[in-house]
Amino acid sequence: MNDQKNPGGAHVAVAKGKPSVALLVTCLVDLFRPAVGFAAVKLLEEAGYEVKVPEQGCCGQPNYNNGDRQGARAMARGTIERFSGYDYVVVPSGSCAGMLRIHYPALFEPGSKDQQQAEDLARRTYELTSFLYDIAGVTEVQAQLSATATYHDGCAGLREMRVRDQPRALLASVGGLEIAELSEPEVCCGFGGTFCVKYPDVSDRITEKKIADIRNTGADYLLAGDLGCLLTIGGKLHRDGSTITACHVAEVLAGMAEADSDADD
Amino acid sequence: MQTTSLKFRQLASQALADETLRTALGDVERIMPVIRNSALDQLENPEAWFDRASASRDRTLAELDVYLEAFEQKVQQLGGHVHWAADGTEACEIIAGICETAGARTVTKSKSMVTEEIELNAFLESRDMTVVETDLGEYIIQLRGERPSHILAPALHVTLSEVAETFHRHHDLERAAPLREPTEMLLEARAVLRDRFLSADVGITGANFLVAETGGVVIVTNEGNADLTASLPDTHIVVTGIEKVVPTLEDAGLMLRLLARSAAGQRLSTYTTLIHGPRRAEDSSGPSNFHVVLLDNGRSDMLGTQLQEMLRCIRCSACINHCPVYTAVGGHAYGSVYSGPMGAVLTPGLAGLHAAAHLPNASTFCGRCEEVCPVRIPIPKMLRYWRDREFERRMTPRSVRYGLDWWTHMNASPRIYRSLLGIAARLLRGLSSRGWITRLPGPGRAWTRYRDMPTPAGQTFQHQWRRTRGRAGES
Ligand code: SF4
Repeated sequence: MNDQKNPGGAHVAVAKGKPSVALLVTCLVDLFRPAVGFAAVKLLEEAGYEVKVPEQGCCGQPNYNNGDRQGARAMARGTIERFSGYDYVVVPSGSCAGMLRIHYPALFEPGSKDQQQAEDLARRTYELTSFLYDIAGVTEVQAQLSATATYHDGCAGLREMRVRDQPRALLASVGGLEIAELSEPEVCCGFGGTFCVKYPDVSDRITEKKIADIRNTGADYLLAGDLGCLLTIGGKLHRDGSTITACHVAEVLAGMAEADSDADD
Repeated sequence: MQTTSLKFRQLASQALADETLRTALGDVERIMPVIRNSALDQLENPEAWFDRASASRDRTLAELDVYLEAFEQKVQQLGGHVHWAADGTEACEIIAGICETAGARTVTKSKSMVTEEIELNAFLESRDMTVVETDLGEYIIQLRGERPSHILAPALHVTLSEVAETFHRHHDLERAAPLREPTEMLLEARAVLRDRFLSADVGITGANFLVAETGGVVIVTNEGNADLTASLPDTHIVVTGIEKVVPTLEDAGLMLRLLARSAAGQRLSTYTTLIHGPRRAEDSSGPSNFHVVLLDNGRSDMLGTQLQEMLRCIRCSACINHCPVYTAVGGHAYGSVYSGPMGAVLTPGLAGLHAAAHLPNASTFCGRCEEVCPVRIPIPKMLRYWRDREFERRMTPRSVRYGLDWWTHMNASPRIYRSLLGIAARLLRGLSSRGWITRLPGPGRAWTRYRDMPTPAGQTFQHQWRRTRGRAGES
C-alpha cells in the first residue's frame, strides 16, 4: 500500500514473464456491482495476464461532460499517474475506456508532457471484451448459461472504442446461450451520465423504447458492456416488474451471471 | 433569433405527453434510418464520399470570403444583385426594401430555414404584405400559426385530421364532402396555392448551395414549389446563410448526392434547380429582378473557432432523425427553429448561449449524430465546447458546479475516494429493501422517479480486492 507517488510503476510485472494488465474498475462497478470487477479479473487471468488493481478513483467523466475541464484534468492526471507502467489498462466499460483513450489526450495542451503521458495511457487502454478478443486472442470462453439473452451496444463502446463484434463473438461461445438481437441495438438507452438525472423524463422515454425492443426479443437476460446502461435499463425493468435480468457481459463470460444476477442484501 | 429554449424542460415534458407527436416521431425514428442507409449503400464506399464532402466544405470555409466575393461578382455579371446582411434585422430590412420597390402586395415563399431564423414573415406582414408559404408543410404550419418542428419536415407534428381541420377553417371553398384522404388535401392546397403563385409580385426562396464559379443558386425541393416561386413573379429574392457557398458545380454535385440520400433516402431530390441571375433577353419568361441576400447573423463569429466545423452543415437533418432526444421530444421542445443535434450547436451560436443554455446539455452524447453526418461534423465535441463555456461563465447551475468541485476533491486521494464509496454503499444498503432501492433522497430522486436502483452488492470492489487479493504489491 504504498502511496500516491509512484504506485504501480515500481512493481509492474517486469519480473514475471506475463504481461501486466491494470484494471480500471470504474466507479459504478466499484460501488454497485463488484462482481463485474472480479469477472474481469478472472477472464484476464485466464487469458494469461498478470492482473493488478492500482489505487484508483473516478476517471473524471462527470466533470468532463459537464464542462469542468479543470476538474477533469485533475482526475486525468491522477489516473495517468496511477496507471503508468503497466503493459495494458483494461476497463469493463466502453464509456470510461473512451474517456481514457479518446478524451484524456484532448484535455491537455498539444505537445505538453501531460498530453504525451495521456497519449501513452490512451495507447495502452482497452475496453474489456475488445481487449480479450483483439489483443489477447481469446475466441471462446468456458462459461455456461442456459438462457436467451439480448445485447445492447453501449454508445461510447460502440462509437469510441469500436466494440461491436467482439462481445458477440465471445458470447457465441457460452454454452447454452442463445442470442436474440435487438431490432435497434445501436440506439442509446437514455443513460447519458448526468443526463439521466438532469432530464429524467426525456431519459425515461428513451429507456422505455429500449425496453420495448428488449421485451420483443423474448430474452431472459439483457447484456451490455457498460454498467451505466445496465443500471438504467435494469432499474426500469425492475420498476416495471419485469423478470428480465440486466447483466454485464463480463459476468456471463466468466460464468458468474447466475450466481449474482439479482443482488440481494 | 427568438428562442424559447430556456423552457426546454417544460416544453419537453409537454411534448412527451403528446401521443400524436409520439406516433409521428416514432415514424421518423423507424423509417428514416432505413431509407437513409439503403440510399447511401448504393454509393460505393459512402465513407469516402463523406470524406470528400467534408474536405470540400473545409476548403471553402478556409477561404469563405474569397468564394463569396467570387460568387457576388458572377451574380453581378449575370445582372443580379447581392446584398450582405450582418444580422436578421438588416436582412429583413433589405428584403422588405426590395419588395416595396417592386410594389409588392403578395409575396410567395418556398421553404427556407434562414427566413425562419430571421422571422421574415412577421416582418413583411408588419409592412402590409401578404406572405404565402408554398411548401406544403410550411403552408400548413403558417395557417396554424406554428413554427417548424423539423428543418425538412416542418409540419411533422401535425396529424392528417389536423391538416383537414386547418384547411376547413382557412379555405373558403365549397366541398362535396369533408376532406379525408391525403391526396384530397394535397390537391386542395395545390389549387389554392396555384392562384397565389400567379398573383405574387415577389418570390422568396432559400438556397441549398451557391456556386462561386458560376454565380449559380441551387435549390432542391420535392414539390417543385421553389421553381414556381422563383420563376413566376417578376422579382426573385434568394435569402441564405454565407456558409452555403461551394467552389464549383462539381462540389455542388457532390453535396447534392449526399444531401438527398442523407435527408430523405433519395438519390436526388425530385426537383433540383440551378438558377443563374434574372431572365436574359432571349428567355421567354422568368423574373427581371434577381437578388441574393447573404446573411451572417453570427456565422462569421464561428469561423476560426472550435465551432467552425459546424458551418460545414448542409442541413440534411440526418443528425436530427437519428437523435434519441429529438425522437423523444420533437422539434418544438428545443424552442429554436433549428432543433436536434445541429440545432443544439447552432442555436447558442446564433441566438447567444444565454438564450439557449439547455440545448447543449440535453444530449446523451451517444454520438450517433456524428456517425451519420455526411460532412462529418463532430457534434458531441461542439456540444462539449458549449458546456465548457457555460461552466466557465458560471452558467452551470450552482448545485452542479459545487457537486463537481466536491467530486474532484474526493478524488484527489484514492483513500478518501475508497472510504467515500464504502460509506455510500452502506447508506444505500440502509435505504434498500430486498435488493432494490425505490426511493432516493436529494439528487437521486430524479433517478428513482422512473426507475429503481439495485443495492450495492456487499462491500465495494476495491475493498473486497484489498481484503482478498490486495496488499501484495498493488496497494
Ligand atoms: S449537422 Fe450534419 S447531419 Fe446534421 S443537418 Fe448538418 S449536415 Fe446533416
